[in-house]
Amino acid sequence: MNEIPEVIRTIPLNYYLYFSTALFVIGIIGVLTRRNAIIIFMCIELMLNSVNLLLTAFSAYRSDPNGQIFVFFIMAVAAAEVAVGLAIIVMIYRNLRSTDVNILNRLKW
Amino acid sequence: MTSIILLSIFGIVNLFLGFMKSKRVLLPIVMVFLAVALAAAVRDWGQLNTYFGNFNTMMNMDNFAVAFSSVMILSALFILPFSRSYAVGENANLAEYYSLLLFSLVGGIMMVTYENLLMLFLGIEIMSVSMYILAGSDKRNVLSNEASMKYFLMGAFFTGIILFGIALLYGATGSFSLPIISAAAQALEPGTAPLLLMGLLLVLVGITFKVGAAPFHFWTPDVYDGTPTIFTSYMSTVVKTAGIAAFYKLLSAAFGGVYEQWFPTVVAITVLTLVIGNVGAVAQTSFKRMLAYSSISHAGYLMIALTAFNERSENAILFYSLAYAVATIAAFGVLKYVSDARGSNDYEAFSGLGRTNPLLAFVMTVAMLSLAGIPLTGGFFGKLFLFSAALEQDMVWLIVVAVLMSAVGIYYYFRVIIAMYLRDAVAERVPVDSLGTFTLISLVVLTVIMGVLPGLFSGLL
Repeated sequence: MNEIPEVIRTIPLNYYLYFSTALFVIGIIGVLTRRNAIIIFMCIELMLNSVNLLLTAFSAYRSDPNGQIFVFFIMAVAAAEVAVGLAIIVMIYRNLRSTDVNILNRLKW
Repeated sequence: MTSIILLSIFGIVNLFLGFMKSKRVLLPIVMVFLAVALAAAVRDWGQLNTYFGNFNTMMNMDNFAVAFSSVMILSALFILPFSRSYAVGENANLAEYYSLLLFSLVGGIMMVTYENLLMLFLGIEIMSVSMYILAGSDKRNVLSNEASMKYFLMGAFFTGIILFGIALLYGATGSFSLPIISAAAQALEPGTAPLLLMGLLLVLVGITFKVGAAPFHFWTPDVYDGTPTIFTSYMSTVVKTAGIAAFYKLLSAAFGGVYEQWFPTVVAITVLTLVIGNVGAVAQTSFKRMLAYSSISHAGYLMIALTAFNERSENAILFYSLAYAVATIAAFGVLKYVSDARGSNDYEAFSGLGRTNPLLAFVMTVAMLSLAGIPLTGGFFGKLFLFSAALEQDMVWLIVVAVLMSAVGIYYYFRVIIAMYLRDAVAERVPVDSLGTFTLISLVVLTVIMGVLPGLFSGLL
């Protein structure tokens, strides 16, 4: 198990930064353009996972375990969020028979 | 620290109490829980946090944290009595809602005690996830569903943004701990460290959303409008207090040394929030939506102290959050009784309230005067302290903007007073229970005490 940080370090740190930024931006674009609540939700998960990747890379490069511990917290919290989020989506589907966010327009200024 | 542990245990105990047949005993029990937690929080005042080894420097229960957690627990204690009518009817899950309130308070206290960005993230999430559920607690109501969904999707999205910011800060400084970040930020000269600047910007964006400040305020009116009134009042007081305290703590403890770097961004957010909040509130026909915009504008006033950023800021923020919370809870309390009886959140529902319910109308008047910042109420001194903090930094133009915007505020706050006293009554007397009356009167008394003897609260920190 000792060699995993070394394997991570075979790729330059900048590449991890570019890759996770790209994933993060894909997630943001997905949230802003897609209209199905479940797909928006998946894009948010993509954003969280890009953060996990970035934290792991930084952590391996600095030989500092704090970053990887943070990743565990993000995973646990993301799981809790999934539980609540899917419950909310099911609740909406029961009342409106749809998960399209465009029908959520009753509250408007 | 004991208040966090106690509230977590009380939340779990409360879930088991939900098995009892009688739902009516839950409210007094939860109020006792909160009173105990408040006492435990106040007991930490001035103690140099020796309990539990400071959770391994993850949190720091200093006087700042004690003061803000007390404000939050006190706000929750004032909000709960209005949930009494909730106990009857089809709301069978009352114990769960109370438990979620207690858990979200734990998150709120973590947001004001954190010394490590991990704790900030956990605090925000514990608080937000509870609020997503509470926003949708009126399950059969499509408006409540919509509020919950919007809050959840936007909240999770901005949590992602905060996290990316935290990851970049970690990359730039090598730590999540505020003192280490502070030292590293000063050593790095942020002008030359794009990771640090980008990380700071993303975290600012995320917290701006949680506070409900422009340009990330768009969720506030919709979510506040759809959420059941009792939880709206919780969101606009406890969640806002926690958010603004976390914001201040982040800027002072981690980025106090690089003030010039974040000052332009925060000042722009402040001005934008003041203008959008106050101008948006003018256009509303629903009283509840007006209060949502008013909460945006008050986030703007609070952020004046953040931009000023001197030794007066802490006290000014504390006094203003307390004055704002007390007045807002009173306004939402009256709104709850009126909308329960008359079935509407609009200004028209308040017509003639001065004749049918003189007490409710009086409470609402005092609350509106305090929110507008009229002398002899807490809101006046709150604004005075905020503006004097800004004046010390010679930010006269910012104060001019804020004063102009509070003049706009008087217009929409007085609309409801006019409706109550000058219009004819549209309906019968609004029924109010005795516990609610008592709470409303104590809120009014507290507002007036803060307006007459501000010295009691102004020099605490």
